[in-house]
Amino acid sequence: MLAKRIIVCMDVDAGRVVKGIKFVGIRDAGNPVGLAGEYDAQSADELVFLDITASHEKRKIMIDVVRNVAARVFIPFTVGGGVRTLNDIASLLRAGADKVSINTAAVENPPLITAASKKFGSQCIVVAIDAKKRGKRWLVYTHGGRKETKLDAVKWAGEAEKMGAGEILLTSMDRDGTKKGCDIELTRKVSESVSIPVIASGGIGNPRHFAEVFSRGKADAALAASIFHYNEYTVAQVKSFLRKNGICVRE
Amino acid sequence: MIVVVDYGAGNIRNVANALESLSVEYVVSKNPKDIANADKIILPGVGHFGAAMKVLRERKLAIPIKNAISGGKPYLGICLGLQLLFEKSEEAPGVKGLGVLKGNVLRFRGKMKIPHIGWNSISKKKDSRILANTPSGKYFYFVHSYYANPLDRKAVLTTTNYGSEFVSGIESKNIVAFQFHPEKSGKLGMEILKRFCR
Repeated sequence: MLAKRIIVCMDVDAGRVVKGIKFVGIRDAGNPVGLAGEYDAQSADELVFLDITASHEKRKIMIDVVRNVAARVFIPFTVGGGVRTLNDIASLLRAGADKVSINTAAVENPPLITAASKKFGSQCIVVAIDAKKRGKRWLVYTHGGRKETKLDAVKWAGEAEKMGAGEILLTSMDRDGTKKGCDIELTRKVSESVSIPVIASGGIGNPRHFAEVFSRGKADAALAASIFHYNEYTVAQVKSFLRKNGICVRE
Repeated sequence: MIVVVDYGAGNIRNVANALESLSVEYVVSKNPKDIANADKIILPGVGHFGAAMKVLRERKLAIPIKNAISGGKPYLGICLGLQLLFEKSEEAPGVKGLGVLKGNVLRFRGKMKIPHIGWNSISKKKDSRILANTPSGKYFYFVHSYYANPLDRKAVLTTTNYGSEFVSGIESKNIVAFQFHPEKSGKLGMEILKRFCR
């Protein structure tokens, strides 16, 4: 049976993992390769590296990070953040990324999704959606959540699928950072409206939240950062909880 | 020398990275002569059945690969490298595959999400050196929308459940091939590569 995936997300600034990584026993907690190896050892199913480098010149560093991770860690990983063109996608894939996630550029230039999935295959094109509840629906935000659009998040997910997205990475901005659990309603609506896998993100603070978003939210995968980075739980602990609750995960 | 066939498919770099970390000597090549001289052949791949066959024919690699296989050289096919062994695929109607194995390649049908992406478990259908240390129930990483349907059921090494049982591994004489990606399946995947190369 297909296992539900636990995905660990790391923010990378100028080649260093940032945001309070507090691993015991890791000498260089900012080193993406070392951390990727640690999460692999914990049985993370996938990794996501989000490039948050503001300075344009330093963005090229990410390519080296991707190359180094790909040379040493043998589980799938996705790279996102500031991906705008087919060339950006090509260079990340060539460096060894398995998938590339597109957010703002997908909204501003939807044909990019089609062009990218035709050229590289839809399996490596992830469309990331940042959504916030507005009244009875959820609106899509771009530019790292700073800019509101008129797009309905559930409809946009469907359009992204039609244009060739292979997966949807869905973040609830209302829940992000709260540790109160995922937006189950949003996740379920999106997951039921598309026939590609949906990765739920935003709000996960404990193993029960994973169980909820898989069972009630119908997510195929769930992404978390801080609960792992701050050593509150290991991936293995989360999986053992899920297994006890009848959810299929890889050991 | 182990030759990783370069036919322009994605993820060749990942297979090369994995071999490198195992300290295996290999060469990535699109030269038909290298295939003729190879000790073992790896055909990796993520991509389109039709596009891949086109490149294999244009680069004059299809016949050397078939000759190498019929000559008894160990062959490892990964993902599309498994599917290309068959006669045809629903992904590219009218395009002939390598035709080394009898059967065709089908698209998943049903209510499941397609592509089949993620970690799924295998069920072993026979004993094999390449999976000697890997019991049934272990998980491997899959990314695909099509699967092979071999006529010779004795060639089936493993199956996997996605909506229904499909063939996820094949072993027939010197051919071994997997629908999942050993190079992306952590330690257990590396074990498969190690066993093939050694």
